[in-house]
Amino acid sequence: MTRSDTNVTMLAEQIKDGARLALPSENSGVPVAVVRALIARGARDLRLVGGPTGGFAIDLLVGAGCVASVEAAGVSLGPRGLAPRFCAAVEAGEIEMIDSTCPATHAGFIAGEKRLPFMAVRGVFGSDMLKNRSDWFVIDNPFPPHDPVVVVPAILPDVTALHAPMADEAGNVWVGNRRELKTMARAAKQVLVTVEKIHPGNLVKDSAMAPGLLTAPYIDLIALAPRGAAPTALPPDYGPDDAMLDSYASAAKTREGFDGWLADFLGPDGAA
Amino acid sequence: MMREYTKEEFLIATMSGLFGDGRFMVSGVNSPIPAAAGLLHEHQQPGFFVSIHGDPNRTPFVDGGVEPFDMAAQGRLDTFVFGGVQVDGQANINLVSIGDPKRPKKRFTGSFGAAGLYYLIPNIVLFFPSHSRRSLVQKVDFRSASPQAPEGAFRQGGPKWLLTDLCLFRFDPATGGFELASVHPGQTVAAIRDATGFDFVVPKDVPTTAEPDAATLARIRGDVRDGLSVAYAQFAKDCIKQPGS
Repeated sequence: MTRSDTNVTMLAEQIKDGARLALPSENSGVPVAVVRALIARGARDLRLVGGPTGGFAIDLLVGAGCVASVEAAGVSLGPRGLAPRFCAAVEAGEIEMIDSTCPATHAGFIAGEKRLPFMAVRGVFGSDMLKNRSDWFVIDNPFPPHDPVVVVPAILPDVTALHAPMADEAGNVWVGNRRELKTMARAAKQVLVTVEKIHPGNLVKDSAMAPGLLTAPYIDLIALAPRGAAPTALPPDYGPDDAMLDSYASAAKTREGFDGWLADFLGPDGAA
Repeated sequence: MMREYTKEEFLIATMSGLFGDGRFMVSGVNSPIPAAAGLLHEHQQPGFFVSIHGDPNRTPFVDGGVEPFDMAAQGRLDTFVFGGVQVDGQANINLVSIGDPKRPKKRFTGSFGAAGLYYLIPNIVLFFPSHSRRSLVQKVDFRSASPQAPEGAFRQGGPKWLLTDLCLFRFDPATGGFELASVHPGQTVAAIRDATGFDFVVPKDVPTTAEPDAATLARIRGDVRDGLSVAYAQFAKDCIKQPGS
């Protein structure tokens, strides 16, 4: 049952070491407060899935040693360039990188939402993702014109974790126009959500808000976490914390710089 | 030779001329020159619209990250510009890594949507603004997107042009290779051969890429500079001259 009296640490405890964890793309509801709690706990061997890409949070988890593998169509710090700890970990062979492409990851989540075994995706032919991934296939379309089609398996995360502008008192979460967050949540076995605030009443009755809801039956736990996506942006509530992201991009270029930045980020009570 | 325009202004004007008669373009993350070229093309091609990542007034998507890919599949997305780390003579592009991808010498971002969009968008421009044998290679180290599909595969689009800071290549789907379309002012065919890691067709007469005229430069320094500043304020300030200059 949904509980809104949970705190972020309790919520993060639901994500077990080794879990396959789906995270939203940058500035789409990245649950940074949960990521911080995972690092503080010393989580290990997480198998991350970007929805379909990743940024600050994935780089942070990789740098903190919490990650066994990353499946994503791309990992970067957006306007700040490459994700330094992610790139270093791939170059050193410390994590497994499972390269995807955006429409294929979306298709995998859509198959997962429908509990279908696979979904077809246009194009992708000739790419090294198709060559390297043992779980992607080319099949013959059984219908005319019987053309070759790439199929990818359903993505069924153990957990999808996201941060949203609000939940209501009935436990519905408003994710706005980020429809892929609903798909990623519905594909997952467990759904953990942090929110900026609790809205009084029930948003299902509000026809302007209802299309942007991930409703209560999909959600396992909700915790309040003001500015829980910062320093990434949470439209429409807040933009990116440019100063903090600049300092991260600069510090994380070296191992030592990253370690110092992370220690500040975790604070005195957050020793991993 | 004293030039009246910046390198970026020249590339914006040249790229804009490649966008054809499509109606809808999406410019992706970190793409100020494609975004500016799209804004310029709006003035040259009535009905054309460019969506700019990072400009909320130019992001007509209301249904999350899936929508642009579905629009591309529906044939509603006409123009896109891809960059990358490497491109080879068969128009394969690499956005992933240098060296063995399992244990790369250098890892980059990843392929994003390229592998799918390569078959869906009719007018794809490849943009490699640092033309050298390191970026224009014989064979890419990783194929993020490739036009090489099995027979009968669905295809409503693909790479058409490769624009660099030295020249413009046209991709020929029949041969699967590039032909030199024009050399930028001050460049020679020999210099481009030297700087290119793959073979390409050189026609008997290779024109020089047209320089932007005064009206085009005025447009770039006026409306385009203004529109671009929403998402790319620093670039607009640094790389496009002041209006009237």
